[in-house]
Amino acid sequence: MTDQVITYPDNIEPNVFTREELGWVPWLQPLSEDELTDRHRAGLVDPSRAKSPYFMLLARDPDILAARTKTDKDIFYNTKTGLPRAEREIAAAATSRTNGCIFCASVHARFAWQHSKRSDDVQKLLGEGIYADIDPSWNAIIDASAALTKTPQGFTESHIDELRRAGLDDVAIVDVINGAAFFNWANRLMLSLGEPTPPAAAA
Amino acid sequence: MSNPDIIDELAGIVVGSRLDLIRYDRVEARDNAQKSYLALFDPDDQSDVSVRDRFAIASFVAGLHGDDRVTRHYLAQLDAEKPSKAVSSAIEHEVQQGKASGPYGAYPAGPLTRENVTGPAYRVAAANRDVLGSKLTAALEHAHLLVLHPRDAGPAALQALLDTGWSTTGIVTLSQIVAFLAFQIRVVVGLRVLDRKFAADRLDAAE
Repeated sequence: MTDQVITYPDNIEPNVFTREELGWVPWLQPLSEDELTDRHRAGLVDPSRAKSPYFMLLARDPDILAARTKTDKDIFYNTKTGLPRAEREIAAAATSRTNGCIFCASVHARFAWQHSKRSDDVQKLLGEGIYADIDPSWNAIIDASAALTKTPQGFTESHIDELRRAGLDDVAIVDVINGAAFFNWANRLMLSLGEPTPPAAAA
Repeated sequence: MSNPDIIDELAGIVVGSRLDLIRYDRVEARDNAQKSYLALFDPDDQSDVSVRDRFAIASFVAGLHGDDRVTRHYLAQLDAEKPSKAVSSAIEHEVQQGKASGPYGAYPAGPLTRENVTGPAYRVAAANRDVLGSKLTAALEHAHLLVLHPRDAGPAALQALLDTGWSTTGIVTLSQIVAFLAFQIRVVVGLRVLDRKFAADRLDAAE
């Protein structure tokens, strides 16, 4: 069978940044569960990811998917030291807001809101964008993430000064760098391999 | 392929330095960023994308990011794969043609339309299309989209890859190469700036 793209002429793509739970559909054929070998299963890391068309598409190259997933988990979930979870999610959301990934921004704005309980501040980032004035700490994280996201990168020592003034230690600053850098990876896959779908209608 | 930590090498991080020790606080992320590099550039299976093409794409992507140190690394790896000199020259030429400030691009029509940013269109130069071949030509055009205006991506861009002989699995690998480089280069740039800051701190402390 010749490989072909899949299109969704009836899909109405979300056209605003939102915290609602969006869907995502792939433009290329994901693997099906009966195609999974042990190598593919190792690539998925979490067995539940076999339910996700995004991860089942990425599972076509299982080695990079496994290494990528483990990089992701340590950058965002290893909170024994460094930046709290909510602030890592702010770096991810600010990066997604800069690149224009409506899907990724929705997921990570939701996480930032759940971990911080700061509904209005999260909404401000989504609505006003990366120049929103929130508070010194979030402003510094958003500025640094957006500067690192630009091509060529605009990240300078003044961003580190701002992060330090906001109270971040060196490990936390590396967490901002890692979180923003990682979402430059994630945004490009999400934006180029499929499209978001509207939130499911409230039941 | 030898196996020093590639991010340390590209960022110039010295063993035992303050930054090296901080990186060990995120040792899983550090090790798996390295495993990601090896999965993409020293793959077990290159039936869908050759190692030569992987380094050619990476050289172009690094060049678009404007980081000389990283670009030289990937160009050297490309040359070690012994394509004709014309291939690396064509890539260097295409970097100069394709360089732009990103991210730019358009949103789905609606309230975000006012945030649309126009940027230059990019196509591989006619003279380089034969040198690179149709598959690599299509890959560079796709890489430019992902690096500089990822929100302009759409199914037609993937169809263009399929039409030149890319398989679905090959497109997944190509997308991972471009997206991984976008990550790796930003970690390198970020850590390098932090390392400079540490050096400045030491000078301040010595005064």
